[in-house]
Amino acid sequence: MKIIYLIVPLVVLAGVVVCSVAFGVTDIPIGTVWESIIHYNASNEHLIIRTTRIPRALIAAAVGACLAIAGAVMQVLTRNPIASPSTLGVNAGAAFFIMLCGLSLGISGQQAFTWVALIGAALSGGIVFLLGSIGRDGMTPVKITLAGASMSAFFASLTQGLMLTNGKMFDQILAWLVGSVAGREMSQLEAVWPYMAAGMAIALLLSRHLNVLAMGDDMAQGLGQSPGRTKAFGAASVILLAGGSVAVAGPIAFVGIIIPHIVRYLVGTDYRWILPCSAVFGAILLVAADLGSRYIAMPKEVPVGVMTAIMGVPFFVYIARKGRRTS
Amino acid sequence: MSKYKSIRSAGTGYSVLIEKRTIWISAVLLVLTMGTMIISTGMGSLYISPMNVVKVLLGVGDPAHQVVVMKLRLPRIVIAALVGASLAVAGAILQGVIRNPLASPDVAGITEGASLGAVLFIFLLGGTVPVQWMPIASITGALAVTGLLYVLSWKRGVDPLRLVLIGIGLSAAIKSLSYMFIISGPMQLAERSLTFMTGSIYGVSWDKDVITLLPWLAILFPLTWLQARILNIQALGDDTASSAGAQVQRQRFILILLSVALAGAAVAIGGAITFIGLMAPHMARKLAGASFGSVLPVSALLGALILLISDLVARTVFIPKDVPAGVLTAAIGAPFFMYLLYRNRNR
Repeated sequence: MKIIYLIVPLVVLAGVVVCSVAFGVTDIPIGTVWESIIHYNASNEHLIIRTTRIPRALIAAAVGACLAIAGAVMQVLTRNPIASPSTLGVNAGAAFFIMLCGLSLGISGQQAFTWVALIGAALSGGIVFLLGSIGRDGMTPVKITLAGASMSAFFASLTQGLMLTNGKMFDQILAWLVGSVAGREMSQLEAVWPYMAAGMAIALLLSRHLNVLAMGDDMAQGLGQSPGRTKAFGAASVILLAGGSVAVAGPIAFVGIIIPHIVRYLVGTDYRWILPCSAVFGAILLVAADLGSRYIAMPKEVPVGVMTAIMGVPFFVYIARKGRRTS
Repeated sequence: MSKYKSIRSAGTGYSVLIEKRTIWISAVLLVLTMGTMIISTGMGSLYISPMNVVKVLLGVGDPAHQVVVMKLRLPRIVIAALVGASLAVAGAILQGVIRNPLASPDVAGITEGASLGAVLFIFLLGGTVPVQWMPIASITGALAVTGLLYVLSWKRGVDPLRLVLIGIGLSAAIKSLSYMFIISGPMQLAERSLTFMTGSIYGVSWDKDVITLLPWLAILFPLTWLQARILNIQALGDDTASSAGAQVQRQRFILILLSVALAGAAVAIGGAITFIGLMAPHMARKLAGASFGSVLPVSALLGALILLISDLVARTVFIPKDVPAGVLTAAIGAPFFMYLLYRNRNR
């Protein structure tokens, strides 16, 4: 029966992607969309579809899927229900490294950005993980959340300082800093998708081990698993997924919190189901949020990161209020 | 002879307990702060020796120096001291109330709320209302966010940890809202708002900024100090505090209100300068012990000192760029925070 939660969302996803391609500042009839794919003539509408709408929809879907999986994996690794690439500082670290690379060192190009994003994600996530897990009582949710929040604040200040001292193109950089999928090209997705795919593959292969790890380190060890190795692979997948996403779309907030909670409510606690479902739901969320963001301030666009950040607050509140006594 | 000196006012129920050591520490810190202010005033593209600065302050200096010191540099220095002190006290209160040494106004979303208020002010009312009203906007922002935070984390009383967690979530959302207004507004306002969100005390003046901030602090600092006794009780934990006869939730509300007002007023002038509210109270506790009667004044002095030095470095080391002071406080603050997490690892 759980398969329904995978198939129905896939159909929905296809629907949202088509809507995302068809609707916007200029609405394009679905027929024309179809025509542009099979009989491409370089007309204005076909050009819009091929060069801006389709890349945008695909990037939104890929980034949403990656962030949702990364969030789900992080929530097991840290045993913290509000873990996600944005709350634990992984996104902020990646974003800062990209800015540093682009503004101060003058390096650009999607490949280079992806690599520095991976380094930034690994560094920042590693520090947060380390800080959150030192001490006699091991990793507590509060410790790691505070560590994540302060790392995010740290990198955010440095990023803003970098922007202000190298001040140009504020609006574009800012839109990127909140997280946006507007104005992307297909080549950017082509540059990052191998990293994203690798991250997803590692996570999916790891799902059985994550099920065991979710019962706690001691239990996992007792069942013959090596928790350290599971965590190392899990961390690698998170870095690939989050780093790849930030490199193409900027640090989009909270997708990694919202989705795994919805999915767990629907399919239970088996990570073999949670991870693929999270991917599809995450893709739907981001494509839909991106579609919605075109209509809020027509003809201007609101960066999709603002939408997800606002949607995330109710989840944050719900989790914090429900939470077991956590300290 | 007792180690403590207590100040009591008969009948009104207020008393403050101060360690005698604190008086010495405060005196030393005060001298240090004054010294830094004088040296910092002299530094810049035109160097003026400390002696000459003092002469100008006494009214017998070189008229050429007079303008630079009184008009250009001193307002910035004074603002640095005031903003640093109020952020530090706001942080000290919050750490006492939340009973978590890792809490501070910036982690809990109060600073972000204040800067959203200011950004909205710049974009929605920019040009039509005089800038002097900005503190009202930012304090309103801070209050609104704190109110929301309070309501959202209320569940048979406010659990400090829940407050922090929800604060982190809220502050991320509010920050991206501020970004949204900056992006959708006119370009020429973007740099100003962004500078504000990073925290900088560039280009402040007597008649606009100092005069605006001073009345707030003149009221809030003494008021906070009078609450030191209550803070001491709050720090014991909810159960002990209520069995000691404290009205825990009501007092917590008043204390948080004080903290918000202090942080809001500071942000209105200095922008969202981070990590001072975290660092200063810690150093103060290390120096002066845990009693809030001494923590509050000592952290105020330390906060002033930290921002003074940060601003001095930010504007002199990277010449010709004037780096916002907030970048520097974050750069010192984050490693400090890591050290704290490491220190508190077994708590």
